[in-house]
Amino acid sequence: MKRLLSALAVLGLLAGACTAGGGNEAPATVNPSESHEPVTITIWGAWTGRELRQFNAIFKDFTAKYPWITVKSEGGIGDQKIIQAINSGTAPDAVLSFGLDNVGKFCQTGAWQDLTPYIQQSNFDTSQFPESVFQYTSYQGKQCALPFLTDAYGLYYNKDLFQRAGITEPPKTTSELVADAKKLTVFNPDGSIKVAGFVPWAGYYETNALTMSTPFGCPWYNADGTRSAFTDPCWVDLARWQKDLIDYYGEQNLARFVAGQGNEWSAENDFETGRVAMNIDGEWRTAFIENDVPNLNYGTVPLPVPDDRASTYGMGQIGGTIIGIPKGSPHPAEAWLLVSWMATDTKTLVYMANNVRNVPTTFASLESPDLEVTPQFQTFLDIFKNPGSHYKPATPIGDADQTAIGNVLEDWQVGKITESGLSAALQKAAAEVDNLLQEAGV
Amino acid sequence: MRFTVGAERRRRPRRNLKRRLTILAFMSPWIVGFLGFILYPMLATLYFSFTKYDLLSNPIPYGIQNYVYMFTKDPDFWIAVRNTVWIIVWGVPLQIGLSILTAWMLTKPKRGMKVYRTIFFMPSLAPPVAVALAFLFIFNPETGPINVLLSHLGWHDPPLWFYGRQWSKPAMLILGLWGIGSTMIIFLAGLLDVPRQLYEAADIEGASGWQKFRYVTWPSITPVVFFSLVTGVIYGFQFFTQAYVSSITVAGVTTTQAATSVGSPNRSLLFYSVYLWQQGWGNFRMGYASALAWMLFMVTMVCTILLVKTSKRWVHYAGGGFR
Repeated sequence: MKRLLSALAVLGLLAGACTAGGGNEAPATVNPSESHEPVTITIWGAWTGRELRQFNAIFKDFTAKYPWITVKSEGGIGDQKIIQAINSGTAPDAVLSFGLDNVGKFCQTGAWQDLTPYIQQSNFDTSQFPESVFQYTSYQGKQCALPFLTDAYGLYYNKDLFQRAGITEPPKTTSELVADAKKLTVFNPDGSIKVAGFVPWAGYYETNALTMSTPFGCPWYNADGTRSAFTDPCWVDLARWQKDLIDYYGEQNLARFVAGQGNEWSAENDFETGRVAMNIDGEWRTAFIENDVPNLNYGTVPLPVPDDRASTYGMGQIGGTIIGIPKGSPHPAEAWLLVSWMATDTKTLVYMANNVRNVPTTFASLESPDLEVTPQFQTFLDIFKNPGSHYKPATPIGDADQTAIGNVLEDWQVGKITESGLSAALQKAAAEVDNLLQEAGV
Repeated sequence: MRFTVGAERRRRPRRNLKRRLTILAFMSPWIVGFLGFILYPMLATLYFSFTKYDLLSNPIPYGIQNYVYMFTKDPDFWIAVRNTVWIIVWGVPLQIGLSILTAWMLTKPKRGMKVYRTIFFMPSLAPPVAVALAFLFIFNPETGPINVLLSHLGWHDPPLWFYGRQWSKPAMLILGLWGIGSTMIIFLAGLLDVPRQLYEAADIEGASGWQKFRYVTWPSITPVVFFSLVTGVIYGFQFFTQAYVSSITVAGVTTTQAATSVGSPNRSLLFYSVYLWQQGWGNFRMGYASALAWMLFMVTMVCTILLVKTSKRWVHYAGGGFR
């Protein structure tokens, strides 16, 4: 028995040591003009339900262009399963993910192949994408993903409620936002909130450290991405601004209001029901509103910026779906044909943008006359095109940075961190991220 | 005669071998399962716990650094430990107490016992995810029926339950206690198994109700109490599903963003297993998560051994117990 156990232990160690592994092989190229053996390739992605059905409809055009390739699309697959498949050598040919925070790790480890050799061999034109997409699809010079539609975040405002409060223009600065929020707020006789003007609560729908930090211009990392920048005074400004408005409502009062929020992905969404007058949200909300409450009289604008950053108005957080070729892809050459086609085919991008209501990611698709643009949706196209729009820098620590700063803002907004402890808490969060960066070899 | 003995000698090893192979063949499904799904993963995690392993590249030897980080640098480790200890310290005794009480009540009705038993057992059959979602709805501070009722009863500022850090753990406790059916059913069996004549003898001696419980019922059910205590503590250390579901629901995020929100509100539901999951899958730190898992395993083991050791003093086995 002892011998058996030691043999097993050795086996375990060996198997563990053999798990995964790096290595970049030169990609095989496919010349589409030659005749080819029929092949079926598989793409895994995170889409589900209606969006998955709409997504699956794009591949007939691909097969029309490359008749020997059939695409099998499997939806509802998140990064966790993709990672497991890559690890066990059962990766699909191509992958699609919503997990932007994982790009750094995917690039660093080669789990998603560096597409640079494919790009060079096929003379793929990368200038058809706005510069901002490269920030969230590459890491340390490795282009391990391409964009396939993106999200942009702005401010939704209810025009009827604005009119009732006597406000004529949506806010452009954070101080205007606070003033308008107060005018728009309606309290019940018992003091509870009936309609909130704006809810600066970290964790309320899309209001979080990411979306709030972008207009404030708070840096996540130092210039070379090796250290956390949570100790930057901007984060203190952001936290104080957030808390001032929370204190106007009363922390418990607002917590109760937030707890009563309707489901984000349904017609119960607070902005759709008129429970909140202004809200941070992504471009997809325009499709939800069209579907759920077509008569809602609303507008969209870029997120207000602090008064001293007025010149940056128009930018916002962007970042969306990414596609790539995993390590161990059985048909990388065909997968490259698919990935490069998906990322750049104008008809496909416009079709997806019109149906799923995400922002298309090439200049050609952004300018396409077939793109169905409402004034509300146009705002997000403009935010995406704005050179100041960005996603936070890629790192190999997953979303640990979001968790660390999110914890500070959430503890701060409920008074668990006091004014005197704010700087220390931010320092602690920065130290935590620095430790993780160091561990991840940055 | 000699010839016969020699033949038997020759035959016996073969028969023994055949017998052993038969036994092994019958045991093989378990052996394969144990080796492949328990022993191998355990040894692999032990190895990973001494490495820097991000799931995607080869594990890099890291000495005891994961364990050093756990105790010296990790800001959330002790929060997770405190939350887990809280749920065990409150949850396990309450679960045992309520199970005994419910089981005792179920021994009383002369008629319809089967119906009551089924009713009280049923909650434990509900899937934990569904139960957690239902409780979040019932305990919603703004729209849930509990707070509506509390407001009508004159409590103007009822708790935020799962949405506030002060009340989230008590709410989780209520959720956990709702499904005590399986513990209750074991106690019911234990209570029904207490010999009648002991009660009769106690009656003759003039014992009060409390004395009968203390000196007759309690000693008879101590093996069941002991079993519930051990399994309850082990379960408490591994508490995951309900906390995970309620956290991401409260935070209003989808499962792709779950790692940033588990433990919400304000990390009050960041239990040890939840934290371990977050580190392994959210932050690409499977080496560290493996170290956390081994720490959990060792602490659980120590607690179980302590319970077993102390059990000799207070657990009474009618048949004498293990020798």
